[in-house]
Amino acid sequence: MSDGLVVENLTVNYGAIRAIRNISFTVSANEMVAVIGANGAGKSTLLKALSGMIAPVSGSATWNGISLQKKRPEELVRLGIVHVSEGKSVIPELTVDENLALGGLWRRDKLDVSAALRDSLNLFPILATRLAQRADSLSGGERQMLAIARALVSRPKLLLMDEPSLGLAPMIIDQIFDALNHLRNQLGLAILLVEQNAVSALKIADRGLVLNLGELVKSGSSIELLGDADLRTAYLGF
Amino acid sequence: MIFIDTLLLGISSGAIYSLMALALVLVWRSTRVVNFAQASQAVLSTYVGYEITMRTHNYWVSLPVAILFGAALGSSIDLLFMFYLAKKVRSGPIAEIAPVIATLGLLGLLQSIIGLIWGNSFLQYSTPLSGKGFTFGNHTVPFSPQNLLIVLATALVLIVFGVVFKFTNLGLALRAASFQPEIAQLAGIRVGRIRNIGWAFAGAAGAVAGAVITPTSVLSPNSLDLLLVSGFIAAVMGGLDSLVGAVIGGLVLGIGFAFILQYVGSSVTFLAGFFILVIVLLIRPRGLFGHQLGRHA
Repeated sequence: MSDGLVVENLTVNYGAIRAIRNISFTVSANEMVAVIGANGAGKSTLLKALSGMIAPVSGSATWNGISLQKKRPEELVRLGIVHVSEGKSVIPELTVDENLALGGLWRRDKLDVSAALRDSLNLFPILATRLAQRADSLSGGERQMLAIARALVSRPKLLLMDEPSLGLAPMIIDQIFDALNHLRNQLGLAILLVEQNAVSALKIADRGLVLNLGELVKSGSSIELLGDADLRTAYLGF
Repeated sequence: MIFIDTLLLGISSGAIYSLMALALVLVWRSTRVVNFAQASQAVLSTYVGYEITMRTHNYWVSLPVAILFGAALGSSIDLLFMFYLAKKVRSGPIAEIAPVIATLGLLGLLQSIIGLIWGNSFLQYSTPLSGKGFTFGNHTVPFSPQNLLIVLATALVLIVFGVVFKFTNLGLALRAASFQPEIAQLAGIRVGRIRNIGWAFAGAAGAVAGAVITPTSVLSPNSLDLLLVSGFIAAVMGGLDSLVGAVIGGLVLGIGFAFILQYVGSSVTFLAGFFILVIVLLIRPRGLFGHQLGRHA
């Protein structure tokens, strides 16, 4: 099967450190897979390797059969792979409106860009009231919403989410996770969700991958992982 | 009468500084590099304009050629030097300073190349416009058709690039790529290509500056060096990021110089430029038109 994201024996260095060792997994459409593990487990590096920001040392990654190797982030966006990087990936100096427009600049189908823009604003109505404001005047939660909304304007098929809950209040986290749920269930997106907040992530994900020091130590359905007492004490500390 | 004459004199030289400052701001806005080679790029474009005028005897033919050459030169500098430099030094404090130092090196290199081709003597590059001031009754003001051309060119550059940056998709991409290249990339923007267009724009603006300013004096490999200093002061006063700020900074400087020259004396004018800069930065560290929040805020 070559549908969806297929990662095989991927090894990635982060600087001089071997951050990811020989990892294999898949994510298909309509599916959300959570990548969990402690700080420094290599979660963010994995996403960077998949979005073209870091070149892997060895192994392969394909999306619907197309190799992701040696492609720059901007080319991967054109294949439908959009990375929402850690720390509210918006451009603070631009307005909300302009940040949203960025996601559609490269697209030819301007009608669908407008439609995607409307969809994004329907998903996060608060943004519609902030369009003319500079992004650095938004709250942390609103910035995260803007980052996701901007990604959606690119009409992604695979969303790479890096720690969307980082530094946000529980109520806002719920709102963001609800949105991710909607994107998977209603729009059929494949989502790879990196989270330190393991329990919340597993609660909405279909499956989970547990990373420890760059190695895939466990994978399984979310229910399985949530019920695994060893896993809790050994890697997740909850 | 003396007051108005001094003001006009200030506006004519201020427009020159503004134009130079605009070119510097354009590079900064699209690449986040303070480009010291800007002066030599502009001079080289002006020499090309000079050559065309020598052959065609028509300044108005040489002007667009010089502008196109300036754009091509800016783009090539990015492709041949800056692109590789950015690839080699990616992180750490050196990543921010290396491109700036490289532009200093390019400044010297381009000037030497110009010297090799055209020699170091002064050349005359003139427009068909008169450099003599307009006359009202029997009073001649220190503002000539040549000065008018400079003011118009400044206004045109300001309006054209202001509109491009603020209201076009290309302008949005340019701003995004310069503020946060990584995020711009993740949004699907081809940052390398966009930056290259930024270098071309700045090169074109510098060529406009060189082509309309040089006829007020002479052409030599480093004839724009002093103007680069004034232009840089004007750009910093304006906040380095604002096109309108660059123009106002240039005018403040030009008018300031003119009044100091008139009422204080010629020995202190150049010093006064730095004095004005220090005062402005003390009162408004981000420049007259700089943003309230820094880029890392």
